[in-house]
Amino acid sequence: MSDPLELTEIPERTVTSAALPPDQRTPWHKVVHNDDVRRLFACVIGGFVLALMTGPEGDGINMLSGVDGALRFPHLGICLALTVGLWVLITVRHRFGERARTASARVSALPARLLPNAKFRGLALVALLALAIVYPAHLNGYWQSVLVQQVGIYVLLAIGLNVVVGYAGLLDLGYIAFFAIGAYSDAFWTGALPIHPPANLNPFWVIPIAIATAMLAGVILGVPTLRLRGDYLAIVTLGFGEIIQIVAINLQGVTGGAIGTGTIRHFALHVLGINYVWGLDPLPYYYLLLVFVVLALFAFHSLEHSRIGRAWAAIREDEIAAEASGINVLKYKVMAFAIGASTSGFAGTLVASQIRFFEPGDFTVQLSILILVLVIFGGMGSLPGAVVGAAVLEWLPQYLHVHPLFGFQQQDLYIYFGAILILMMIFRPEGLIPSRRRRIELGLAEHGIGTADAMTAGASPSEPAGLP
Amino acid sequence: MSLLQLVDLEVRYGAIPALRGVNLSVETGEIVTLLGANGAGKTTTLRTISGLQHPASGRVLFEGRAIGDVAPHDVLALGVGHVPEGRRIFPQMSVLENLEMGAYRRRGNLREDVEHVFSLFPVLGQRRRQEGGTLSGGEQQMLAIGRALMSHPRLLLLDEPSMGLAPLVVKAIFEIIARIRSQGTTILLVEQNATQALQLADRGYVLENGEIVMSGAATDLLGDPRIRAAYLGETAAH
Ligand SMILES: Nc1ncnc2c1ncn2[C@@H]1O[C@H](COP(=O)(O)OP(=O)(O)OP(=O)(O)O)[C@@H](O)[C@H]1O
Ligand SMILES: [Mg+2]
Repeated sequence: MSDPLELTEIPERTVTSAALPPDQRTPWHKVVHNDDVRRLFACVIGGFVLALMTGPEGDGINMLSGVDGALRFPHLGICLALTVGLWVLITVRHRFGERARTASARVSALPARLLPNAKFRGLALVALLALAIVYPAHLNGYWQSVLVQQVGIYVLLAIGLNVVVGYAGLLDLGYIAFFAIGAYSDAFWTGALPIHPPANLNPFWVIPIAIATAMLAGVILGVPTLRLRGDYLAIVTLGFGEIIQIVAINLQGVTGGAIGTGTIRHFALHVLGINYVWGLDPLPYYYLLLVFVVLALFAFHSLEHSRIGRAWAAIREDEIAAEASGINVLKYKVMAFAIGASTSGFAGTLVASQIRFFEPGDFTVQLSILILVLVIFGGMGSLPGAVVGAAVLEWLPQYLHVHPLFGFQQQDLYIYFGAILILMMIFRPEGLIPSRRRRIELGLAEHGIGTADAMTAGASPSEPAGLP
Repeated sequence: MSLLQLVDLEVRYGAIPALRGVNLSVETGEIVTLLGANGAGKTTTLRTISGLQHPASGRVLFEGRAIGDVAPHDVLALGVGHVPEGRRIFPQMSVLENLEMGAYRRRGNLREDVEHVFSLFPVLGQRRRQEGGTLSGGEQQMLAIGRALMSHPRLLLLDEPSMGLAPLVVKAIFEIIARIRSQGTTILLVEQNATQALQLADRGYVLENGEIVMSGAATDLLGDPRIRAAYLGETAAH
């Protein structure tokens, strides 16, 4: 995970018989040596294996009944169709991958071409923000709640995880545990749990407390784990996610167990003469969410381009080199991890208050993976990528679900996400909106050092300009 | 007072000892080389000095100050630069960005430092915008050294800078190490390339299974039959 995706892969070129004149066609016994054919074999065999693995179980009396059932027509056909489909994709990629890549590069260069001016980009952002403020008011209640519960929450979750995975290169598979901690903090402080809080808080002040609790949990989990290099974090966070869920189920006296919490109060603000209660209407929650998303975007954007962001980049690229450069690796890793945790915690609080009830079953590992998929889909380390990736992947299923033509079923979601991920890895591994490389040296260019472009300066071994 | 002194240094990985009572000193202005076969404990010694590893017992004194338990980023701030084994540069950062990361602990204008590095390694100056990962092995080693120099170390730890490089490149890098010393940086050089290291160094130590088995002036070591047998592939004349 420490290595960002390799983008400069050289596509494998295979000479295929179809492209050659008849007399140069590969003889049949050499066809197996053709890469495409070999891969087809592998995929067909993979299809059979998949059919066996996903087929019915055998029984003690007729031991081969499982195999028999697995190799029946519709089941085997589906599995073979899947793997042969994969082969088609791979082959298409080998034939047309280059073209697809240049096309996608051209598309991603488009915004920079159309909006070369920073002022225009700023204006575009303001216009987008205005749209985000005005447009939802014209939607119906269904889409407004989709906007909060699907799009908004997942955008927030994705930009938070992007700090951990994209900026610092830490694989966090228990991200949703902090979401659970935020939600349970909310339930606790609003008196919706079997145990009662020491003081009944104005439900709005639950937000900072829940954020702080999730952050604390992140620090407590992060400090011992992040000392270790490598994939330990992925394993520990995976385990932590499970532990939180199991604890929530079993600690009935505290959490309400598997049945879930009592009714959580809506947020309410009573300060400086303002009395506002977030009610059943999703729109006010949407605006609250929008405020936090915009704040988080500002904060994360400036972090990315700060000294802290540079330290994260260094750690992501090579931890030992970062250490040798005098970066306090543990500190910055814990910082990224805790920022992610508190974002997730806030999202949990907001969801809990809006839905007013939740249960431990809402915090599955699958959800952590889903958010990771959103980040990878959008482009690791890219804020616009995380926003657009999460928004598209969360909005699209809802759209397809209600659209009469498609009749998309929610329970099939992960099948499609899996397929999308495979497609992305083949055709656009850097994500929908790849992160632009930081230009740290711009600071140096201002001092007149980086102005000459070494790549175009030719190979003259002259001393660098400006030497005393 | 020595710039660096290791006193009865013991370092373990779990229960396995890697260094067993190492005594070593480096005076200001010297080049000292630490020789030894694979697995002798050379890298462990450097890692312990720069705080990446902590001693089980014994002391690491830098300018008389015990730094055995100091964290690596603070050791660097005290004036110890470390060029780790296997030239670990930031592969997706440009040459300039790599150098700037080397000065992470400092603020202020880096222009003079960058130009100083480019004067030592002109090839880096020509490739200032190239990504670190696309540099050749020799250029990467130069970049790793340059990056360590950006923090203004008084003591520079070099872990096998000649590893995997062509003889001509090794020669060039060793010449630059001599130049870095002449500009006032003390150097502790870990090497397997014994002849060249001893020709460059003032003094040398030989590490074997975590223990110093020999030490002395570089010229003496260069003429020592045991060294010649062990590292220069000659038969020992007992
Ligand atoms: N992280 C580690 N965990 C356990 N043992 C280690 C670790 N690092 C090094 N060792 C062991 O400590 C001993 C000394 O290793 P070290 O890397 O210091 O040797 P070295 O002299 O630098 O060797 P080389 O010339 O091959 O780089 C070796 O036996 C090695 O196996
Ligand atoms: Mg070593």
